[in-house]
Amino acid sequence: MTAHTADDASPASAPGRGAVPATRVRRSLIWHVSTIVVVVVLLYPIGWLISSSFKPADEVLGNLSLWPRHATTDGYRQVFSGIAGYSVWHYFGNSLLVSAGAVAGNVISCSLAAYAFARLHFRGRGPLLGFVIGTIMLPQHAVLIPQYILFQKLGLVNTFWPLVLPKFLAVDAFFVFLMVQFIRTLPRELDEAATLDGCGPLRIYRYIVLPLLRPALITTAILTFIWTWNDFFTQLVYLNDASKFTLPLALQIFIDQTGQSAYGPMLALSVLALVPIVLFFLAFQRFILEGAASSGLKG
Amino acid sequence: MTGSATLRQTDGRDIGPAPASKRDGRRSAVRSRAARRRGEGRAAWLLLTPWAAGALLLTLGPALVSLYLSFTDYNLFNPPHWVGLRNYTTMFTNDPRYWDAVRVTAQYVVLVVPIKLAAALGVALLLNRGRRGLGFYRSAFYAPSLLGASVAVALVWRALFSTGGTVDHLLSDIGVHTGGWIDQPQYAVYTLVLLGAWQFGAPMVIFLAGLKQIPADLYEAAAIDGAGRLRRLWSVTLPLLSPVLLFNLVLETIHAFQAFTGAFIVSGGRGGPGDSTLFYTLYLYQRGFTDFRMGYASAMAWVLLLVLGVLTLLLFATARRWVFYAGQERP
Repeated sequence: MTAHTADDASPASAPGRGAVPATRVRRSLIWHVSTIVVVVVLLYPIGWLISSSFKPADEVLGNLSLWPRHATTDGYRQVFSGIAGYSVWHYFGNSLLVSAGAVAGNVISCSLAAYAFARLHFRGRGPLLGFVIGTIMLPQHAVLIPQYILFQKLGLVNTFWPLVLPKFLAVDAFFVFLMVQFIRTLPRELDEAATLDGCGPLRIYRYIVLPLLRPALITTAILTFIWTWNDFFTQLVYLNDASKFTLPLALQIFIDQTGQSAYGPMLALSVLALVPIVLFFLAFQRFILEGAASSGLKG
Repeated sequence: MTGSATLRQTDGRDIGPAPASKRDGRRSAVRSRAARRRGEGRAAWLLLTPWAAGALLLTLGPALVSLYLSFTDYNLFNPPHWVGLRNYTTMFTNDPRYWDAVRVTAQYVVLVVPIKLAAALGVALLLNRGRRGLGFYRSAFYAPSLLGASVAVALVWRALFSTGGTVDHLLSDIGVHTGGWIDQPQYAVYTLVLLGAWQFGAPMVIFLAGLKQIPADLYEAAAIDGAGRLRRLWSVTLPLLSPVLLFNLVLETIHAFQAFTGAFIVSGGRGGPGDSTLFYTLYLYQRGFTDFRMGYASAMAWVLLLVLGVLTLLLFATARRWVFYAGQERP
């Protein structure tokens, strides 16, 4: 890695090479300026969202500037006075409950399954792991309708169970696979030493694998949280009453309200719904980006 | 089975020179190994219980049930009524909206996948020059991938591309009067293509990780041989990156076929105007959960599953022609 980057490295690595640093600095400057321009264009929609949430309704479409002419917090005030008869915290709470449940489910069930697949010997391990990898690619729609019927028969439609329970049954094969790959990189000597000391598989899982698995568990937790927080389709299918609505469903209420008056609260709630994701991203960038990258290379 | 054979061998070797005790020692070692194996198998199944329940009840079972339902009429309230292939024949021969959905989805996939991957590869190559601030740029480019799947961003898109919205404004300023894209059948799907392509950060991060694994000495050797920058890109970077490209291509194609949120929000759940944003999944949702035609929706789901399976196989089959594996090192 370092060898690869050396030839473009900062001028400091090549002192006294005369005119070279000057062109290097200029080139580097051009590179940075053009990259930043691309970043600004790319992130414009987010800037637009934040600034428009402080604009009065008639300015949202009319004023292209990111600076509101008449800044207002009316949208936020409307949001905090309630949406569809419920306080905004109600929707936040529902989203949080679903996301936290999904995180707990994935972390526990996927790590259990991954440890068994990566370390323990049992009949049919190869084909079953193949099945896990195969289901990573399985479109959700192929199982959606029978799952819905199952939960409907159990009387669980319009509860959070259909959103959380599957996570406790390790249906997110992607994370099982992620953790299998991670456990395979852990030194086997530790397991073997523990076995000689009389530890069974369950204790090895609990006291050796689980602590070492922490980076993969954190990646799983963060990605599960963000994906569940953003998820719209499953929540749309299973939740059909405002008392159970999560933030994406609360936001969706606004698309039926035509006219400019809806823009204020809609954009304010959009900003609020994205805040946890942005905070998570800022706090855990390393885990998120490494998880995203490794998912590709090892696949 | 082969595992136990090799184990016996290594055990025999480990036991060493004392010939008299050799056989006994080997046998007891085998027995304790076998016992441990059995214990391990039990422990494995204990740990796998949640996964196995999920695989049976929520994955394999439902996949088969939905295949069965695809041959029935089922509205959730009356028992399923066997109709043979009727759902499929209706779909293929007597449902213009189904073909609208297929056409719109195909158009979307064919546009969004290459654009997204080209942007991802281009920016990854740009960022891989080893300049300062890589971490910052990588995060900035990746951010849309985390935010873009949300309803919030889809609502932003709806506003940006509406009549009088930012895009309409900017285009009018340069003399192109298109009106709001989301209101017009000939443009509406492009707003969704842009929304999809905007999230190129996810494949970009994967490309970046792949680029880092290309050994630097290959570039040095190519440079010594007089290869210019373009030549190095074409003869070193792209071949060594091709496995990652294949992976991204498969993944993004499968994702694109399942796009839903953007189309639902931008069209208010209707897939309009004039079915121009009626994505396959959106029509499936309408059939299943608005009309409660669960059998029909199941048939649609199975066609999607088969199409994705065949496409994935085709992509892997073509891979032999253009994916280069020789440089890959096993860890």
